[in-house]
Amino acid sequence: MAKLFWEDFDVGQVNEYGRQLVSSEEIKAFAAEFDPQPMHLDEEAARATLVGGLCASGWHTCAIMMRMVADGFVLNSSSMGAPGVEEIRWLAPVRPGDTLRVRVTVLDKKASQSRPLLGFVSLFFEVLNDAGTCVMTSRTNMMFARRTPATAGVTA
Amino acid sequence: MNFFEDLRLGERRELGSHTFTAEDIKAFAIRYDPQAFHVDEEAAARSHFGALCASGWHTGAVCMRLIVLANQREAQAHRARGEEVPNIGPSPGVRDLRWHKPVFAGDTISYALEIKELREASRPGYGLVVSQTTGTNQAGDLVYSALGAVFVERKRKPHCAGAASGA
Repeated sequence: MAKLFWEDFDVGQVNEYGRQLVSSEEIKAFAAEFDPQPMHLDEEAARATLVGGLCASGWHTCAIMMRMVADGFVLNSSSMGAPGVEEIRWLAPVRPGDTLRVRVTVLDKKASQSRPLLGFVSLFFEVLNDAGTCVMTSRTNMMFARRTPATAGVTA
Repeated sequence: MNFFEDLRLGERRELGSHTFTAEDIKAFAIRYDPQAFHVDEEAAARSHFGALCASGWHTGAVCMRLIVLANQREAQAHRARGEEVPNIGPSPGVRDLRWHKPVFAGDTISYALEIKELREASRPGYGLVVSQTTGTNQAGDLVYSALGAVFVERKRKPHCAGAASGA
């Protein structure tokens, strides 16, 4: 597939990437390193918490989403990363045995005012489990190099 | 962390620091964010970052670790004084997360947390605490910030109709 540049993103475009099985071992290993709370570490202890059973750290879900979009399109693009994330919502627990996928919608795109070599693409991510439940959403502005640099006066 | 009622706006906690080694950065990125500038020194040198740097998700995950460890230290101190310890629930989300500058291999990031909002929560017995977390490198430059929300238990539990008759 041809490498994706800023010009290749169309507002309204929707794509799905993944699928990624989440195991209880992976949930616990990530949590031991980055989020050592009982609800992410131990089945027994997790049952006594508000979430009622072992579930993945929200940061783990973010990392899994990143891997799915990396394999899905980012590694085959002119991505220059993102300056941040406008919003992350953890809507439902990710349980051991869940298979996740991510739906990516292009919300908007803008040429950079100051840097003719790049543009911004506003993306909405929905992470879904096998049952179709949305477990997480996120909105971010990613930077992509342009195939053709903007000429002075042409950028908005 | 204290019970919801005992938390104050503007309350700040230093969470400690973490040094991001090249091995650390690559181990995280190989699993979760294998973009060239996070996994390969030479490719990173040619990229717009100019050197190997941590995945932004790695920077955020380390902040989470330091928050949990700080909460656990505080809980231990409460228990040692014979005090009750509040439940800290899950987080509904994060907003305005910013990666201000790259975190390069060898950088030591010091994290801190400041309470910005104390709100009523839909979850009975809990309040919603919104805190700004920040990460600052050894040169004093802000590299990371985010507004994270979390449910924190209240001391006084609501009286619901069902519980009243049984109590």
